[in-house]
Amino acid sequence: MPTVNLNKKQFETLVGKSLELDKLRDRISMLGTDLESIEGNEITVEIFPNRPDMLSEQGFARAFSSFIGIKKGLREYTAKKSNYEIIIDPSVKKVRPYTACAVVKNLKFNDENLKSIIQLQEKLHTSYGRNRRKVAIGVYPLEKIKFPIDYLALPPEKIKFTPLEYSEVMNAMQILTKTNTGREFAHLLEKETLYPIFRDKNNSILSMPPIINSNDSGKITETTKDVFIECSGFDLNSLKKCLNIIVTTLADIGGVIYETKLKYKKPITTPDLKPEKIKLNTNYVNKILGLSLSEKEIKSLLEKMGFNYNKNEVSIPPYRADILHEIDLIEDIAIAYGYENFEETIPNVATIGSESKLSKFKRKISEILIGLKFLETSTFSLSNKNNLNKKMNSKKGLTQVESPVNSDYDTLRSWMLPSLMQVLNTNKHYEYPQELFEIGTIFEDIKESQSLSIVKCEGNFTEIKQILDLLMSSLNLEYEIQEDNHSSFIEGRSGKIIIKEKNLGFLGELSPEVITNWDLELPVSALELNISKLFKILNS
Amino acid sequence: MPYVKQLKIKGQLYWYMFHTIRSGKKYLKRSKYLGKELPKNVEKLKQEFLEEIKGSKLPIKATKHSKLVETLHPLERKILPFLKNIKNSKDLVKESKLQEVEVTRALQWLGNKDVLSLKKTTKEIIELDKNGKDYLEKGLPERRFLNALDSPLSLKEIQKKANLQKDEVNACLGLLKKRGLIALGEKIKRLKLTDSLLDLSETFLKSLPLNNKSLTEEQSFTFNEFKKRKNIIKENLVKERTIELLDLGKELLKENLNVDLIETLTPKMLNNESYKNKRFRRYDVKINVPKIYSGKRHFANQSIDYAKRIWTDLGFKEMEGNIINTSFWNFDSLFTPQDHPARDLQDSIFLKKSGKLPKFFKEVKEMHESGDKNSKGWNYSWDKEKAKKLVLRTHTTVLSAKTLSKLKKEDLPAKFFAIGRNFRNETVDWSHSFEFNQTEGIVVDPNANFRHLLGYLKEFFKKMGFDNARFRPAYFPYTEPSVEIDVYHPIKKQWVELGGAGMFRPEVVIPLLGEDIPVLAWGPGFDRVMMDYYKINDIRELYKNDIKQLREIKTWLK
Repeated sequence: MPTVNLNKKQFETLVGKSLELDKLRDRISMLGTDLESIEGNEITVEIFPNRPDMLSEQGFARAFSSFIGIKKGLREYTAKKSNYEIIIDPSVKKVRPYTACAVVKNLKFNDENLKSIIQLQEKLHTSYGRNRRKVAIGVYPLEKIKFPIDYLALPPEKIKFTPLEYSEVMNAMQILTKTNTGREFAHLLEKETLYPIFRDKNNSILSMPPIINSNDSGKITETTKDVFIECSGFDLNSLKKCLNIIVTTLADIGGVIYETKLKYKKPITTPDLKPEKIKLNTNYVNKILGLSLSEKEIKSLLEKMGFNYNKNEVSIPPYRADILHEIDLIEDIAIAYGYENFEETIPNVATIGSESKLSKFKRKISEILIGLKFLETSTFSLSNKNNLNKKMNSKKGLTQVESPVNSDYDTLRSWMLPSLMQVLNTNKHYEYPQELFEIGTIFEDIKESQSLSIVKCEGNFTEIKQILDLLMSSLNLEYEIQEDNHSSFIEGRSGKIIIKEKNLGFLGELSPEVITNWDLELPVSALELNISKLFKILNS
Repeated sequence: MPYVKQLKIKGQLYWYMFHTIRSGKKYLKRSKYLGKELPKNVEKLKQEFLEEIKGSKLPIKATKHSKLVETLHPLERKILPFLKNIKNSKDLVKESKLQEVEVTRALQWLGNKDVLSLKKTTKEIIELDKNGKDYLEKGLPERRFLNALDSPLSLKEIQKKANLQKDEVNACLGLLKKRGLIALGEKIKRLKLTDSLLDLSETFLKSLPLNNKSLTEEQSFTFNEFKKRKNIIKENLVKERTIELLDLGKELLKENLNVDLIETLTPKMLNNESYKNKRFRRYDVKINVPKIYSGKRHFANQSIDYAKRIWTDLGFKEMEGNIINTSFWNFDSLFTPQDHPARDLQDSIFLKKSGKLPKFFKEVKEMHESGDKNSKGWNYSWDKEKAKKLVLRTHTTVLSAKTLSKLKKEDLPAKFFAIGRNFRNETVDWSHSFEFNQTEGIVVDPNANFRHLLGYLKEFFKKMGFDNARFRPAYFPYTEPSVEIDVYHPIKKQWVELGGAGMFRPEVVIPLLGEDIPVLAWGPGFDRVMMDYYKINDIRELYKNDIKQLREIKTWLK
């Protein structure tokens, strides 16, 4: 989850109040953000992904100040009319079809708020923008640009400009291979035949989204007063929201927002800062929250979260990207009410509890084995080919997972015994005998079952068969052992476990090769029994 | 002589027999119950009574250390007298004719009782090796070589006559020639009959074993000569204990150690009553005993079983199901958009395989793409193939989704729980694991509300031992309102995050249940709870299966 760093002093100025440290901690947590730390003048807060509008100092302060009751209610933002035009060429349709743009003027950047805006852009890129795949943002000094701007796609070799923070002209391929950001985001364009660019009236390229701006026209400094902003991506709605988050933040540092005209086939104007309206049923609010709030109280709670309420209708500020349903408003009402103020209660509802039959069965089997002084282990369901097959002298079919980060755990275990052998292997320095069992999930292709394995080290065939025998008589089941040639066991000392004519498992004395493959120095006998199948038989 | 007397006890009269005996300076009175009636054969009974008393366990004549003597193990009593003169364990073994382990143990026990003190020393002892033993019996090769030379002989003849190996003959040739004992030629001739060095060598072999440190000059010379030859002698590091009798030991030696005590009570003794006239050796009841181990559930499963019981007590039914699921069930049915970071290959563990979608997938698809009359949905184009992709469940919430889809209206209200393993594509460190446990629960009830959610959670964590729980706003794609559960850690004196809960969004519930009914849901992690109880700081320990830990860890007592 993204974190934002706030300058405490600046934050307090924006909020309009300074709180004691404990109170500040508590209120930040209760607003639905996760306070990481307050160290000196720096506050670090984790922002949940549904609130990208809080990824800047300004956005965070805006939400916080209404929450603690200072500047309550909806904040109105307006965009002035203008003639700034962006012409969207159909060539972008396949690669990055949409953009939403705005102009903001009269900005007074300083070191602090410039940092906050850059942070906002970065955090929006990684979280809401899904690492620039969904949304990429470009900000440009207006003075360097001549409108109208074209948004179009060209073959990479035809794209040539000086990328941000570089001094020589490169073509698109060079940018993707030679610049750091190019390499990092190359996968987003690589497979395309045409790459998108913004280009102004003078034919100079402003940027190649979602990769990089031009060094000539895409660099913001403290002296920048007016900016052009574009968001590009695949879903116009998210782009508009993202744009709103940026322009409202810029407005909070004194900027004046101007509209831009986007010449799609069907032209539109962005940003659209008109508050959206959504119906809210107050009975539903009270039913969900278990409260009996009056309409007035609901109105006041909504205002604490930056909304306006009027006659069952809620006005939503343009920067909120997370209100899909009235249920989202109900959560905000709950947050404003304070989670700590809810009286917890358990309703008087009669339902009958029960453990699943299979769980119970597994527990019973474990109890029998514990009576025999066996220790239960708890191992991972993921393993590797070496353990599952090679060390066991086995050739079972295995299922590997996709893109595993742990190469030791990249395969679904197909049987339990290797897991227990691994436990024996890591416990060689402890006293013997070591007698272990576990019931765990095994995977044959993608079919799952619960499987019991028992190992006895040191142990022989008679001892392991005695255990099976006891288990079967405790379950009141007849069983039969058929000679088997299991490759993990000594020839002539392994058998299949047959119950009601079904093959449910095997047992035997492990072969010296397998024992030494696991670096063990004592004889081991073992069994494996499919508990899911056994359970089925017992319940049929 | 015994006498009989009638005693009045609680108004009743009973006959008893009495006899007084002297033990040291004390008088002891012994009695025996005879019955309500005085038996007729009183005289015979008196005789029997006397016999009984005589054979009874009278205290041995008390001396200063009699109790200690009674505590001594037979082995200790056996070696004690030898300690007057013997100061090392090796000689003690020889003299006492006991096994070495027996002596070692007896010495240790006596040491524990402060009877003696032991000092360990190591010595290098020179012993006969394989060939050395052989030569001691048959004579050294060079001696046999010389003896064979009654008359000049060829090498072959000598080898045969002296019964030597080829390499032995060669070794002899060099050695004897060097000492001027033979003359070489076609036939070999003996020059001298006696040789002091050869005699020395033989004496040395006979005198083995010897302590390397106490060799004479001559022995030292011979030793070095033999060291050059194959397998004649070897050096062994021998550990020896020197014994020093302490004051208590010296006093103990003055005691009568020759007491006849029963060591082990045998069935035979019980049968022939031979224990009757004897005393048992006293045990040191305070002594440490070797550890034994019981069979045990894995400690994680002990706590999982307990948590299961809490849920069933609260009226919840257990859900179970597969680990492998389609992304549809794990994500889509829970209104998690297809571009959500959890659906990246680097976050979750996927298989390179696809599964089937249930019939109602279209309702889920619609909810994602455009929502319904009350919801805007996520506004993107939903990909069926992405939903089919198989994944190792990333949360037990997948079980809740499946349960909801099977639930009928007449089953309500209904409550379900699960505790199970989940997976994420993560490297392992002290606080992260790619497999982890979660405790899942849902309450499906038309009248359920947010306060109930907090109520169930508070109760569960109270039963798990966390009296103080708090709830914070949180975010999950499938719940609204969402809750983060913190419990107060009394030792760390801070709030510890345990995981998430909430009420399922209508966008989740409607496609699964067919209508918008409140569903309370939670899935906090369970590993942290266990780790806290067992005072484990590293999550890897939960899956380490260290046998010592499994054997010795405290039992879950809640």
